[in-house]
Amino acid sequence: MTGPDRRSVLKALVATLAALSVGGLDSPVAAASASESWTTQTLEAFADTLIPGQRRFPGDVVVAGAVTGPGAVQAGAIGLLASPELPVAPLLPAIAALLDARAVAYAALRLIWLPPTRPPFVGLSFADRTALVGGLFDPDDLDRPIWQVMSLLVGLAFDTAGQQDTVEALGQGHPGLAWLRFPEPDPDGLWRFPDFSYGRPLAVPHPNTTASGSPA
Amino acid sequence: MTVQTTDVLVIGSGFGGAIPAYYLAAGGARVTVLERGPRAAAADFTHSMRLGTYNKIVDVIQGDGVAVVAGNCVGGGSVVYFAASLRAPSFVFERHGSLGRRLWPAALTRAALDPWYDRVEEALPVTRTDWPDVSYAGGVLAAACRRAGHTCNPVPVAVDTSACTNCNWMLSGCRFDAKRSLLLNYLPAAEAHGADIRPLHEAQTVTPSPLSGYRYAVGYTVLDPDDYSCTAQAGVIHAKVVVVAAGAVGTPVILQRSALLLGGIPAAVGRYFSGNGDRVSVADIVEDKARTLLGLSRPDGSAYLGLPVGRPITAATYDHLDPTAPEYSRFTLQQIYFPPLTNLLAQAAGSPAWFGVEKRNMRARWRSWLTLLAMTEDDNEGTFGVVPLTGSFTRLAPGLGQGTMTYHPTSRTRGAWDRADTALRDILEKDGLSRVRPWSEGVADTVTAHPLGSARIGDDPATSALTDGHELRGHSGLFVTDGAAVPTSLTVNPSLTIAALAERSVATIVTRTADAGVALRRGVPLPGR
Ligand SMILES: Cc1cc2nc3c(=O)[nH]c(=O)nc-3n(C[C@H](O)[C@H](O)[C@H](O)COP(=O)(O)OP(=O)(O)OC[C@H]3O[C@@H](n4cnc5c(N)ncnc54)[C@H](O)[C@@H]3O)c2cc1C
Repeated sequence: MTGPDRRSVLKALVATLAALSVGGLDSPVAAASASESWTTQTLEAFADTLIPGQRRFPGDVVVAGAVTGPGAVQAGAIGLLASPELPVAPLLPAIAALLDARAVAYAALRLIWLPPTRPPFVGLSFADRTALVGGLFDPDDLDRPIWQVMSLLVGLAFDTAGQQDTVEALGQGHPGLAWLRFPEPDPDGLWRFPDFSYGRPLAVPHPNTTASGSPA
Repeated sequence: MTVQTTDVLVIGSGFGGAIPAYYLAAGGARVTVLERGPRAAAADFTHSMRLGTYNKIVDVIQGDGVAVVAGNCVGGGSVVYFAASLRAPSFVFERHGSLGRRLWPAALTRAALDPWYDRVEEALPVTRTDWPDVSYAGGVLAAACRRAGHTCNPVPVAVDTSACTNCNWMLSGCRFDAKRSLLLNYLPAAEAHGADIRPLHEAQTVTPSPLSGYRYAVGYTVLDPDDYSCTAQAGVIHAKVVVVAAGAVGTPVILQRSALLLGGIPAAVGRYFSGNGDRVSVADIVEDKARTLLGLSRPDGSAYLGLPVGRPITAATYDHLDPTAPEYSRFTLQQIYFPPLTNLLAQAAGSPAWFGVEKRNMRARWRSWLTLLAMTEDDNEGTFGVVPLTGSFTRLAPGLGQGTMTYHPTSRTRGAWDRADTALRDILEKDGLSRVRPWSEGVADTVTAHPLGSARIGDDPATSALTDGHELRGHSGLFVTDGAAVPTSLTVNPSLTIAALAERSVATIVTRTADAGVALRRGVPLPGR
């Protein structure tokens, strides 16, 4: 992808989103060329680089399998990114294409061979995906805001099950919340912690404290 | 379009707006409050992190170098905040900053503000807490402080602790009405006296009014409740007095947009923005050490594992608030809890620091994290740039906006952060109790929930936008009473100071309103009294 195209993706994320209503977008950016499955594969690999998980099936190349147990893909990152409540959904093909363009550049510089049957980012090893993603956050990288938003959303999928009601997500054993060991609610779906305090003095308060408990 | 009029028009319903709205309405003025966000109450506040719930009432506004978290609903930040209610230490009012002379108005000292602090503490009211109110997380900080030779205090809160279930969902609003937000005191009292609060009304401009007897005309748009970036209709209200209280990232933008129409505004509007010197870290507590070094244990047999349990803020150390120490070296260290929305930002060991395998491993120890907030003396180095078309920022999605503020910390601010980081490590890494993990600036820059100072009070017209009576210089009857007016970072959470300053500002607003021919009762009691 060339410079102006990337800027238009950034602009699309930053400026025109204000004008989007839920559901419909008919912009040139949305019509970017990559096929849906390439988009999904690229974004899954991106999410898996941020919060890695185990392969979903033998021979899974999208999820790199850097660990055992769940990662962002298992936690539903793609579902969240594509959620109709978020205006990024229509931009995903362009964002995936941008990441793939970065992967091509990364590989070319290092003489890494990329298999033509997969999206370029997916063709990179886990170590190379990690190095590439780290570089996206250089303070003067033009596209940094895109990756900031994308990372935030991937994190929300894993750490908060943001695509779902929390009680429901816990009930279904959401892999991210389970990984954190997020506490269970009371039967009415609300949280209360009757045991919450050691209940005894643990330090000496500052001698200059006001009657209300503020610094004097 | 019908021409609407009011005596006093208030923009924003947080601390800065609710307090004058109450006193002016109770005094007999016609008061209209425009609030950009929706109206919600206990039954609407859900325990859920599903997108589309909490992010309807709280915004993250990403600027260049800083991200601000702020309330977006009737009651403003008070609805989503953590209710730590602290007075600023005396030395704060004597600060010189990098200008080299006192920044607060001569009339303002801690002693001068104390009577106003008293009032707010009574009105909300604020509860003085004790050790049984301190969560496990606060307890770990306290015990670590003691072990490192420091004091530590339970933190006073605007919470009815007998009704609080320690659910730790304060960011979503209080489902149990234990949090003493403005929805329970100043705002209903204002409405009882006839104030007209209009949710989903976003003020855009303040201009001179052509109507005789009215000074200003405020233009607004009405927002769609399902998509705040859509506008249903627009209108104008003429007022005798205007109070701008849209918060420290909202107020300067409204004034900047209005600058030409108002015939110019002070150069200090949109400058000297402060993030309150906020600096967040995570300490990854070693469970065994919490037991052996601190002697802690819980009924379930664990020593800590208590991150999600309790109220978000329960304990803090005031040991680094020495009034005789040089500027940029004083700070409060406070225990704080954020929902896992922010997990991304904590750094793990090794490289890469904030994502990848190590970071995932660190997440598995999430219950052992202890999140900490340092509030330091920053340099008011933030500025506001090109004004967005509408509102205070460009809305990207519910709860997410792109702001126009720039914040690049100076070496003085960085030095202040370093000192706080070092003190935190001395307390929490002693004998291997934990590893302290800083926040990842690479992903979200500096994050603050305490924006201040973008239209500050002061005596020097060159460096302050407002007189010490909170009136915009050169614009009689136009006031700013929110966090924007606070001249420096405070080394403590700011809401009580914003509220006390708003209480204090009422006298001048009342005088201007009376000057405009509105007969007002004096000596209005605290709300609910
Ligand atoms: C998650 C969180 C936790 C916090 N915890 C604490 C704490 O424990 N202790 C503490 O002291 N402080 C805390 N704070 C900070 C505190 O909430 C703020 O300092 C305080 O609310 C600021 O008051 P304000 O009146 O300046 O602005 P706000 O409370 O932000 O009110 C401004 C209001 O104006 C509205 N508005 C903005 N633009 C417009 C417009 N154009 N037209 C109409 N309305 C508009 C906004 O929607 C908002 O309701 C916390 C903040 C957050 C977000």
